[in-house]
Amino acid sequence: MSGPSLMDSLFQRTLEDLIKGLRQQLIGEQAFISKALEEIRKEIKSTDLSTKSTALLKLSYLSSLHFHDMAFASFHALEVLSSPRFSHKKIAYHAISLSFHDSTPVLLLITNHLRKDLTSTNEFEVSLSLQCLSRIANVDLARDLTPEIFTLLSSNKLYVRKRAVAVVLRVFEKYPDSVRVCFKRLVENLENYDPQILSAVVGVFCELACKDPRSYLPLAPEFYKILVDSKNNWVLIKVLKILAKLAPLEPRLAKRVVEPVCDHMRRTGAKSLLFECVRTVVTSLSEYDSAVRLAVGKVREFLVDEDPNLKYLGLQALSIVAPKHLWAVSENKEVVIKSLSDADPNIKIESLHLVMAMVSEHNVAEISRVLVNYALKADPEFCNEILNSILSTCSRNLYEIIVDFDWYVSLLGEMSRIPHCQKGEEIENQLIDIGLRVKEVRPELVRVARDLLIDPALLGNPFLHRVLSAAAWASGEYVEFSRNPLELMEALLQPRTSLLPPSIRAIYIQSAFKVLVFCLHTYLMQRESTTSSACPDNLPSGVSASVSYESFDGLSVENGGDAAVTHSLTSTSASMTDESIVNLLNLVEIALGPLLGSHDVEVQGRARNVLGFVDMTKLDLLNPSAQEDKGLERKGVEAYKTIELMHDAFSEELGPVSLTAQGKVPLPDGLMLKENLGDLEMICGDIELPSSNSFSFGSPYEEKVGVSFSNLQIKEDFEQSNESTSLLAEHRKRHGLYYLPSGKSEIISNDYPPANDPTSQGNVNDNSDDLAKLTEESLFPKKKPNHAKPRPVVVKLDEVDEKPIAMKKPEAKDDSLSGAVRDILLGSEDVIPTSSRSNLSGKPSSKRRGKEKQDTDPHVESKENLVDDGNPSSRRRKHHSHGKERRHKSPRKKNAEEREDNGQKEKEKSSHRHGRHKSRRRADELLNVSPQTPVIPDFLL
Amino acid sequence: MIHFVLLISRQGKVRLTKWYSPYSQKERTKVIRELSGVILARGPKLCNFVEWRGFKVVYKRYASLYFCMCIDQDDNELEILEIIHHYVEILDRYFGSVCELDLIFNFHKAYYILDELLIAGELQEPSKKTVARLIAAQDSLVETAKEQASSISNIIAQATK
Repeated sequence: MSGPSLMDSLFQRTLEDLIKGLRQQLIGEQAFISKALEEIRKEIKSTDLSTKSTALLKLSYLSSLHFHDMAFASFHALEVLSSPRFSHKKIAYHAISLSFHDSTPVLLLITNHLRKDLTSTNEFEVSLSLQCLSRIANVDLARDLTPEIFTLLSSNKLYVRKRAVAVVLRVFEKYPDSVRVCFKRLVENLENYDPQILSAVVGVFCELACKDPRSYLPLAPEFYKILVDSKNNWVLIKVLKILAKLAPLEPRLAKRVVEPVCDHMRRTGAKSLLFECVRTVVTSLSEYDSAVRLAVGKVREFLVDEDPNLKYLGLQALSIVAPKHLWAVSENKEVVIKSLSDADPNIKIESLHLVMAMVSEHNVAEISRVLVNYALKADPEFCNEILNSILSTCSRNLYEIIVDFDWYVSLLGEMSRIPHCQKGEEIENQLIDIGLRVKEVRPELVRVARDLLIDPALLGNPFLHRVLSAAAWASGEYVEFSRNPLELMEALLQPRTSLLPPSIRAIYIQSAFKVLVFCLHTYLMQRESTTSSACPDNLPSGVSASVSYESFDGLSVENGGDAAVTHSLTSTSASMTDESIVNLLNLVEIALGPLLGSHDVEVQGRARNVLGFVDMTKLDLLNPSAQEDKGLERKGVEAYKTIELMHDAFSEELGPVSLTAQGKVPLPDGLMLKENLGDLEMICGDIELPSSNSFSFGSPYEEKVGVSFSNLQIKEDFEQSNESTSLLAEHRKRHGLYYLPSGKSEIISNDYPPANDPTSQGNVNDNSDDLAKLTEESLFPKKKPNHAKPRPVVVKLDEVDEKPIAMKKPEAKDDSLSGAVRDILLGSEDVIPTSSRSNLSGKPSSKRRGKEKQDTDPHVESKENLVDDGNPSSRRRKHHSHGKERRHKSPRKKNAEEREDNGQKEKEKSSHRHGRHKSRRRADELLNVSPQTPVIPDFLL
Repeated sequence: MIHFVLLISRQGKVRLTKWYSPYSQKERTKVIRELSGVILARGPKLCNFVEWRGFKVVYKRYASLYFCMCIDQDDNELEILEIIHHYVEILDRYFGSVCELDLIFNFHKAYYILDELLIAGELQEPSKKTVARLIAAQDSLVETAKEQASSISNIIAQATK
C-alpha cells in the first residue's frame, strides 16, 4: 500500500504541470484533459492527503476553467477538509465552495467540519469556513451553525467578525429563525467605529433592505447617523442605497435626509458617491425641488463628460427622473438627441428611451419624423430598436397620443419601407387594430395599403410579409374606400405573390375575393341603373328576390340601401365596364388557376372558392345571350343574388373583439365535443340551421349549382366555426383578426335566436355602434366607445383593453425572513405598515395588536432566553411599557402596566436623545424601543 | 450584490470564475459563452456597462484580460469599477506587475486574493495593505506546511510507514 502511495506522491503531476501541459497542447486539449481527469480520479483515492489535495486542486482548476463536473469528488473533498494542515484545508474549502450545491448528498457530513473550523483558534481557518458557508449554506447548515455564527459576531478579532457579519446575510436568507438569535448582535455592530465592520454590516443591511425595506425603518436613525458621520465612500454608498429604499416609506425621514445627501453631492470628489447621491435624489427624493435641481446639474456634468461611463449613467439618471420632472430631460435635449448617434449602442438606446419619454400629443409627429430619419441611417439593430420604441409609444394606451390617425397610418407605411425594418408583425397588428377601431382612418388605410401592395419590390423582403398581409386584408375589407379596385386586384394577384408564404397568400386570395365581389356588385348596380329602363323585368325580379330574402332578416333593407350609397360614391372613380369586368374575371382565372394544385390546403381551398365563384358569374352574367334572352334571365338573377349575398356577407362590419369574448359565450345545450367529427355533424346541424337559413331561404333556386355552391361555402364556414368552440378560440388567437367575420357572427348566432341573426344586422355606417350594442348586450355589461372630440373615436372594449393597463398591484410580500426581522424589531408584523402611513392617532390600536401578539408568543421569548444572558423578564417588562406609552390614547389601558408608564417614558426618551453613552445598552434599548416607530421622528426632527 | 466574477482573456479563454449565486455547471458555461460574446465584441471607447438578463455586467479591460462582475440592477456601477481596479492593484502588488501568465499559473492564488476582497458578493476589505498582509500571512502558513511535507525525513517516514 505504501509503495504506490509513495510513487504517486513523488511522481504526481502538480497543478503547474497540468497547466503547462494544457498550454503545450501536444495531444490536443480535450485528450489532455481527459487523460488528466483519469489520473485525478486515481490520485484522489490515495490515502496520502498531500496527493489527494493536489489532485483536488487540479480538479478544481479543470472544473472552474474548463467546466468539468467534479461532483464525483465531493466526498474526497470532505476527506481533505479533515486534514490538520492549513494548505489542505484551503484547497478543500476552495473545491467545496466551487462545487457544492443544495442537493449535494454529502452536504450533511460537512456540518461538523465547519463547526470545528468556526471555533478554531486560527483566524484564517475560521475565515475559510465562513467563506465556504456563505456559499454553500442551506437550511440545515444555517440552522445548525447559527450558535457559532452568533458567537463570532462579537469576536474580538475584527477580521473574523467582519466575515461573520457578511455571512449572516446568507444564514438569514436560508434560515429566517436565526434572525431572532443574531439580529441584535448585528445591530450592535452597526454601532462599531471600525470602518471594516461598519462596511460589512451596512452591506448586509443594504441587501436586506432591498428585499423588504419596511422592516428596517426602525433602524433609520442609525443609518442617518452613519450618513452624517461616515467619511468612508464605500459605506456611504451603501447607506445611501438603504436610505433610498426607506425614504419613500417615511416622508419625515426623506425630509431629514435630503440635506445631508445634498451636502455629500456638493462636497464629494468621488464620482461613484456622487452618482449614488444623484440616484438617491432622483429615485427617492424627487419631491424636493432644490435637491432635484442640484442633482440634474450634476447629471449635466456627467452628460458632457468625455467618459462614456459617466455619459451613460447620466442618461440613466435622466430616464429615472423623466416621469416626474420632464423639464430635466428637455433642458438637456441637445445632448440627448446628439447621443442618438453615439458610437456606443448602450448610450444610443438610453437616449432613445429619453427621447421617447419626451413624446407628447403635440410633438409626436416631429419626434417620429426625426427618429425615422435616424432609423434610415442607423445599423439594423438600432434601427429596429427605434422602430420598436416608436411603435410601442404610439400604441400605448390605445393610441392615446395619436390625434391624426391618417398621419400615423402613413407613418406605419413609411416605417415598413425602411430597409432594415423587422417589425412587420407589430406593424401588421397595429394596421389591423387601427382599421378596426378607428373608422375615420379607413380611406387612408386603404390608400397606404394600396401603396404597399402595388410595389412588387416589397414582396421580396420576408420581414415585410406580415405588413403586406395586413395591407391585403385592409384593402379587401375596406375596398369600398378604394379609388381603383381594379388596380388593387392586379396588385393582389401579381405574379410575385408567389414569394409569399402560403398563410399570407391565402389572405391575399381572400382579399382578392372580397375585391372581386365588390367590383361585380358595383358593376351590377351600374348595369341595373342603366338597363332598368331597357329591361324592366330584370329589376323587379331582382328586387323581389332580394326582398324575399330580406324579409327573413329585417335589417338588410338598410344594408341594400347602404350598398347603393357606396356604389354611388365609388362609381365616379371606378366605373365598371363590361370589358373591365371580363378582364377582371380573366385575370382572376389566370392568376389563381395554377393554385388549384397548391400543396397548402388554405391556399388551395380559397383559390377554389374564388374560381368557383368566377366560373358561375362568368357563365351567368357575361354571357351576352343571358342578358338578352329572357329564358335565361333567371340565371342572371341567380348570379345577381349570389353576388348580392356575398357582398352583404363581406360588407359586414368588423370590430375589435374582447379576448375573453369566447369564454363568455355559454356553451350551447347539447354541444358535445367529441373526437369523432362525424358525430359533430349532427350536433352542429342544430346550431347551424338558423344562420344557413337566412341565406338559403332567400333563394328560391336552391337546387341551382351556383347558389348551392355559395351556400355550401357559407355552410362550410359555419360548420368550421361551430365545430368546436374551444378550437375556434385557439384558432382565432393564432390567426387574429382575419377570422372575425365568421367568428363574430358565430358567437352571436350561438347566443341569439335566429330572428336576430347578426349577419343581416350589419350596416356599414352604424355598424360599430351596432356592434357595440351587440357586444354590450351579449358580452359586456358596460361598454362605451371613447368620444374624444378632437380625435376620431377609437373603439375600446373596456375589459380587454384596459387589462394590460391596470397593473397588478404588487402584493406586499411577507416572506419568512422579513417576518422574523419584524418580529425582532417590532414584535409584530402588522405594526409598521400602519404606523408609517397613518399619523399618531392611528397607531395605538395596531401597537396594541402587535404587543398582544408578542405576549401570546412564548416562542420568541424562549428563543431569546436561549441566547440572552441578560434579564429577559425585565426586558419584556420594559417592552410592555414602551408599547404602553404608545398606547396612551387608547381607551383600553391595562392598569397593571400603567404604573410604570411615566418613569419608563422618560427613560426611553433620554436613551434616545443621548443614546451614545452606552452602546451596549443602547442596542438593547433599540430592540425593545424600536416598535415605537413614531419615535424615529422624535430623534430625527 | 455581486453575482459572479469572471476573468476572460481577449481570445475568449476563461482565466477565473467565481460564483456568489447558485449556478449549475451548465448555466455557468452558458453564461460565460453569452457574456464573452457580448463583451469581447465591444469596442475600446465604449462605456463599461452591459445590460444582461435584467442584471448589469460591469467590465474593464486590463492589458489582455477582461475583468467582469455581474451586479443587480440598482447597484452602483462606478463602485464596481473601483472594486475591479482595487483587485487589479492588489494582484499587481502581490505578483509584482501582474500579467496574464501569473494568473494562469497561480489561478488558486488569484482566488484566494479575491476571497479576501469579496465575501458573499460584497466588498469585504477596502484596504490594499491589509489584504496584502493577510495573504502574506496565509502564504507563510501554507509554506511551512509544505516544507514539512516535502522534507526528506517526511518522505522517508511515509515510505516506511
